[in-house]
Amino acid sequence: MTSAETSSPSGTASTFWQAITRTVLIPVLAVFTALIINAFIIRISGGDPILAYLGLWEGAFGSPKAISETLVWSTPYIYAGLAVALAFKGGLFNIGAEGQLSFGALVAAWIGFALPKLLGTSLPWIVHLPLALFGGIFAGALWGAIPGWLKARTGGHEVINTIMMNYIAVLITSFLLNGPFKDPNPFNVTARTPSIAESARLTPLIEGFRVHWGTVLALVVAFAVWWFLWKTTLGFEIRTVGANPDAAKYAGINVSRIIVLTMSLAGGLAGMAGAIEVIALNYRQELGFSVGYGFDAIAIALLGRSHPFGVVLAALLFGAMRSGATRMQFLTQIPVDIISVVQALILLLVAAEEIVRFIYRIKAPKETVVLTRGWGG
Amino acid sequence: MTAQTSTAGNRLRSILRVADLGRFGMIILLIIVLMGVVALVGAKENRVEVILASFLATLFSVATPLTLGALSGIYCERAGVVNIAIEGLMLGAAFFGFLASIYLKQAGVSDQASLWLGVAAAVLTGALFALLHAVLSITFKVDQIISGTVINILAIGITGYLNRQLFFQGQVPHAPGVLPVIHIPFLADLPVFGKIFQQQPIAITAVLLVAVTHFVLFYTPWGLHTRAVGEHPKAADTVGINVYFVRYANVLIGGMIAGLGGAYFTLESVPSFEPLMTNGRGFISLAAMIFGNWSPFGAWAATLLFGAAQALQINLQYYSTSIPESLDFLKKSQIVGMIPYILTMFALTGIVGRTTPPVADGQAYEK
Repeated sequence: MTSAETSSPSGTASTFWQAITRTVLIPVLAVFTALIINAFIIRISGGDPILAYLGLWEGAFGSPKAISETLVWSTPYIYAGLAVALAFKGGLFNIGAEGQLSFGALVAAWIGFALPKLLGTSLPWIVHLPLALFGGIFAGALWGAIPGWLKARTGGHEVINTIMMNYIAVLITSFLLNGPFKDPNPFNVTARTPSIAESARLTPLIEGFRVHWGTVLALVVAFAVWWFLWKTTLGFEIRTVGANPDAAKYAGINVSRIIVLTMSLAGGLAGMAGAIEVIALNYRQELGFSVGYGFDAIAIALLGRSHPFGVVLAALLFGAMRSGATRMQFLTQIPVDIISVVQALILLLVAAEEIVRFIYRIKAPKETVVLTRGWGG
Repeated sequence: MTAQTSTAGNRLRSILRVADLGRFGMIILLIIVLMGVVALVGAKENRVEVILASFLATLFSVATPLTLGALSGIYCERAGVVNIAIEGLMLGAAFFGFLASIYLKQAGVSDQASLWLGVAAAVLTGALFALLHAVLSITFKVDQIISGTVINILAIGITGYLNRQLFFQGQVPHAPGVLPVIHIPFLADLPVFGKIFQQQPIAITAVLLVAVTHFVLFYTPWGLHTRAVGEHPKAADTVGINVYFVRYANVLIGGMIAGLGGAYFTLESVPSFEPLMTNGRGFISLAAMIFGNWSPFGAWAATLLFGAAQALQINLQYYSTSIPESLDFLKKSQIVGMIPYILTMFALTGIVGRTTPPVADGQAYEK
């Protein structure tokens, strides 16, 4: 690096490199550092970290089937990660992806198994499939809109309200899957819905593998979210409210409306994750199938710097870790739960990028990025 | 003379503000409604005063982690640090306190001693997790809500991993049981209602800590410094208060109190650990803190309301056979189980009077 470059009057070159550092270098170093710290944790608790990581790699990318499983795991992560990232762009912290996702799955499953019976006729797939998908999206959007509306109307903080909505969604799901929605098959002892009708199912992408069209759709949706946020007026308004709600207000943006809209869209994306899991993978909803997606989604959004394309990459990483973990547990008897520790460490290092900068001696930029605000609503 | 009356007036006003009569009234009314439901349902099987006494005894017990969580939040936020990590602090403390107690017992320490040392370990765990929050949010100036979320996720990951790694293979050591019930002299001997005053040590400590916190915050120099740092750190700094020190200390005190709340789960309530066993109690206690307007007694009243909702669920399960057909929904534990969460959201709407957080709450201090 020459001094002329750093001290150039326009400063474009150095700003460019700072941006690259922020968006690429620090997340990569954070992942790398987290894996090293995690190796020590595995070692201390009596495992072999090298064997564990080899198992993880093999389980994630070792065969076509492994790659397919990685994509299957990554798919809900992309949608849910986008749900958190979009809310971040609007200055809102959506911890409720979990509840929005399971509520979306619940409604999609209901449309899938109960609607034909209710109408007394089978539906053509061209009607039934979109109905199940959009039903799920709508349910998730509703689950997100409630905390959004409470925030806009009363200032009730979305962090606590979305968490409360998570618990309420779990209880509603548990109630319905143990009662009215329970699979009536006499051999069934678990809390799950009946299978959804054929007409509501999305086909596999490649015969013989579990990877499905929902994965392709996730990439399309990621692109759509990018286009929406950066190429439309509404997206601009959302980002303005996120960056500075006071300025947005003086610029004539209806901040309350944008808050409700942002949370609805975020909820819709998470609801889509749930709906896709039902119509493309499990063909039913089972109790506790989504444990942890919501919290992982926060880590994914932060790791992806709340950018849709970053979210896709982070979701692939997390999907690979989840799908590889089973193989790792089989080879080394290290519980799959270690993955949650890695994820928490990654999240820690991405959130506190000062630590990464400190370890690797990377200079900090002047400006700071506002992600959330205190209780002040 | 005038000076004296105005001091008295100020004091009265401050007590009224703390008491916040309308809010207290609503809380008491709601608790009475919940008690009425239980009394109606259980009337066939038991005498009403027995039902109410057992309801109140349960209430004070289940409110314990909420009270401690709310007090933890008050120390942090009065000093200007938002702490949504209380859930994670409690979960981590519940796990490591339990871990310490079973391994101490295995090492030959008596049951009582391992329980008390377990509580100490839980308090220490709370302090260590809180230290991480302090370093991230005060020194590194990481967004405080993000930092709290990081700790929550870290606590879920570490306790889930270690729980499986340590307890799912081979011989698991036996737990030393739970902390003994203490009979409060005289009160515990009352007929019927004596039951309310037979509580375990953490429950009793929680109530005492409410009064202690009130005294510390409003009647000591430390409390004054804490509130100054939470309201206007720049001004506090100007008069020579070390903002970073006060914030660090209060976050650590809060962490220790949350750690004690964590000990409730595995050393006082049940002698076992389950993943995610705190079940949102940390978040509910934050709502109670806000509902109580960041004051110890107000927050305590709010936690009693949430405790009552939970006691209702427990009591309805107990009397489920005598629930009439028309109120069938009360038999579903999931439906009644939603009440605390819905109450939390309701409390945050500020319908019952607006609450005002400390002005500098959530803002990193830049010298």
